[in-house]
Amino acid sequence: MMLLQPSMDPNRKRAKSVDRVDSVDSGSESFESTRKCGFPDEVLERVLSLIDSHKDRSSVSLVCKDWYNAERWSRRDVFIGNCYSVSPEIVAARFPRVRSVTLKGKPRFSDFNLVPEDWGADVHPWLSVFSTAYPFLEELRLKRMAVTDESLEFLATNFHGFKALSLLSCDGFSTDGLKAIATHCKNLTELDIQENGIDDLGGHWLSCFPESLTSLEVLNFASLNSEVSFDALEKLVSRCKSLRVLKVNRNVSLDQLQKLLLHCPLLMELGTGTFMQELISGPVTEFKTMFSNCKNLVTLSGLWDTTPLYLPVIYPACASLTFLNLSYATLRSDELANLLAHCKSLRRLWLLDTVGDKGLEAVGSCCPLLEELRVFPADPFDQEIFLGVTESGFVSVSHGCPKLRYVLYFCRQMTNAAVATIARNCPDFTHFRLCIMNPGQPDYLTKEPMDDAFGSVVKTCTKLQRLAISGLLTDRTFEYIGKYAKNLETLSVAFAGSSDLGMESVLKGCMKLRKLEIRDCPFGNAALLSGLTKYESMRSLWMSACNVTMNGCRALAKEKPRLNVEVMRDEEGSDDSQAHKVYVYRSVAGPRRDAPPFVLTL
Amino acid sequence: MSISIAEHDYIRLSEANMEKNKIDDKDLNFKATELRLGLPGSESPERESVTVKKRGFADTINGGSGKWVFAGNGGLEVDLVQNGGNKNLGCVKAESDVLVLPKGGLLEKKGLVSVKSDGQTSVPATKQQVVGWPPIRSFRKNTMAVSQTKNEENNDPKMGSGCLYVKVSMDGAPYLRKVDLKIYSCYLDLSSALEKMFSCFTIGQYGSHGAPTREGLSESRLMDLLHGSEYVLTYEDKDGDWMLVGDVPWDMFIGSCKRMRIMKSSDAIGLGKILNTPQNLDFSTTNQEVKSPLNLAPRAMEKCRNRN
Repeated sequence: MMLLQPSMDPNRKRAKSVDRVDSVDSGSESFESTRKCGFPDEVLERVLSLIDSHKDRSSVSLVCKDWYNAERWSRRDVFIGNCYSVSPEIVAARFPRVRSVTLKGKPRFSDFNLVPEDWGADVHPWLSVFSTAYPFLEELRLKRMAVTDESLEFLATNFHGFKALSLLSCDGFSTDGLKAIATHCKNLTELDIQENGIDDLGGHWLSCFPESLTSLEVLNFASLNSEVSFDALEKLVSRCKSLRVLKVNRNVSLDQLQKLLLHCPLLMELGTGTFMQELISGPVTEFKTMFSNCKNLVTLSGLWDTTPLYLPVIYPACASLTFLNLSYATLRSDELANLLAHCKSLRRLWLLDTVGDKGLEAVGSCCPLLEELRVFPADPFDQEIFLGVTESGFVSVSHGCPKLRYVLYFCRQMTNAAVATIARNCPDFTHFRLCIMNPGQPDYLTKEPMDDAFGSVVKTCTKLQRLAISGLLTDRTFEYIGKYAKNLETLSVAFAGSSDLGMESVLKGCMKLRKLEIRDCPFGNAALLSGLTKYESMRSLWMSACNVTMNGCRALAKEKPRLNVEVMRDEEGSDDSQAHKVYVYRSVAGPRRDAPPFVLTL
Repeated sequence: MSISIAEHDYIRLSEANMEKNKIDDKDLNFKATELRLGLPGSESPERESVTVKKRGFADTINGGSGKWVFAGNGGLEVDLVQNGGNKNLGCVKAESDVLVLPKGGLLEKKGLVSVKSDGQTSVPATKQQVVGWPPIRSFRKNTMAVSQTKNEENNDPKMGSGCLYVKVSMDGAPYLRKVDLKIYSCYLDLSSALEKMFSCFTIGQYGSHGAPTREGLSESRLMDLLHGSEYVLTYEDKDGDWMLVGDVPWDMFIGSCKRMRIMKSSDAIGLGKILNTPQNLDFSTTNQEVKSPLNLAPRAMEKCRNRN
């Protein structure tokens, strides 16, 4: 988080006055106070450059003007959680020596199609400014930004030392943009393409890496659909001796993967392609040694289409795995149990719910060190499937894995009692995301709302930072959250609550709340306005399909000029007094100038 | 009370919503959004209710079990009407606060239903009821959809693939189920499971067998049901033929079964080698009554029993 004080003159690097950074006037204390600081600037910068945490750096910059300046000159890594909270010019002015930028754009609900296309978050204005301010930029990590091929080409050709590109959940570009990166970035160390709205025009981009490129350390194209040239891939992998992360896509076959592994024995993270062969007759034995040389492997993912015949091929690598991502492998409980027997060191496990409660029992018995579990639904939209996981699987895991701190669990039934047990077994939860897939579903045994479930989580798990709630929930849930969840930073709410009181409780009680996203809840203007004094200390608020009206939003906007209050019109244009989608966020850059016609900034 | 649920969004029935809704009821092609049952090409019986046919979210939940409500008189809509009149999410049986949902919170209708220029609506091909719910990213959604298709195409158990889902429909039931054939080892297991799954419907039809207990039907009750039932279990094999379940060895069955249908035995005449739909039955074949009233070929039942 960056705290920006527009009154500061960023050019006064060597200023000796010890103004507090939050004072507007430039009245200074006497010169002697400076001497008491003791450190020359260079030493201070050197010391501060060792601080990595963004939060710590923000704190450091608030101490005094010297520290503010030393911090800004030593900042290499800028993290911007909301691209509209600040402008590229402001960033460039404050931090002259940045090498790595992380930018997040659209509200998170855009991942689920709740934000129309062309909403914004275009990376290009940032690249334009950076091309002059940070010509030596090395790393760019974008999440939910709009990226075009032109932007990627601009990036590739204007930043000559560029090394690392990571695109997660972005959209607007095609594989042609990747071609530009592969062709021009001579020092590329990282190309990480994950789950983007990418127009996949073919796998030729990979062949664009020149023979001279040997610096690649991270290559992830698992989510691209087109086949790449295996010959080009093999050559690339064999000449990049420092490769430590390789995640290929589904088109790479098992025997191709085997060949690749011969070239990168130092690999730490591997994402496989299709993990089975069509023709059976004996080749399985060929693969049995595939992983014996992978001594450094700690992460394994992919495993598309794997079958009981082929899965054992990974057993030799399992003992040292700390992260196993099986969320694209439709495993059954017995297959999972057999596999997990080899995975004693697992800290993070992602699964599909095809493993069922029995599979989760195996998790509980085999993985005592487990800290993170994510269970995804194999068939989320089919309400007739009665398999999947239930409360019982979750409880089994909690019994066997007391160190659990991160859970994402999709299920079709849950009980208050089960969640209470889980919270009791795992009091260290920092991230608790429970998705009961049928909106508004009560405890299936008692028919009660799920209030007590989340009540027990917030009461017991005092370190809770992130919470996503679901099921039938009344205002009581929110009262619990407001009362107990004192460390909560992110809250996701859908189809819950009975009245404004719900949202008010949360806004009043959760001191550390930074992100609040709400959809389809009966919260109206009173609730919205109850957070008047809070929103400036938060990154953002999202409310869609609630009871908020335009007047309520206008009132908020009027009271708080440093907030951007954006309302998205429903395309149907049905009711103009209702505010269908509201996005509120603090900003030092003022209202955005690139808002599309359907976004109204009040 | 007036049956005035012209429009309800996916989450509840609200009169306030309907007024705001500009889409005129009469122009909507409810047939297109009506849930169809049974085999493709077959016609489901006309519903008695003439009010709202469009399914709202309300009818996807029933007081707690998450199961869909089915009333024998084809009255999902009737249920809706009754609930709607109360303006509550009547199907929620929770004692505490009634879930009063926002008025005017129009749902992402563009995701749910698309209105064409002539006023016709159509439900998108995906089974999504609500836009953006459950919260799964597109990549995962698309990938799993592809996997599902692959699974259905390559249903060869020798491949050793993880699951073998086949659809099971039952004549007269409002929705179909999917079962994973790999988890059963013989016909008896399958039959028991299906009976449990669909018992709510047969019980509804044959009240004399008593209401199902919470623990489900006991085995003897199941047998009673099987004996007394007028239903037979049939399946469509890889050649597209409808066969009586139980005629072939279990392994062969799971290797060739594409989907199943629990049909009335009156429709199942001449099964063995039969043409595609009951309407196309060749009536010249001997009217082979299903030899036992059971829904399985008797030979298979014997085999199972002996094994146990």
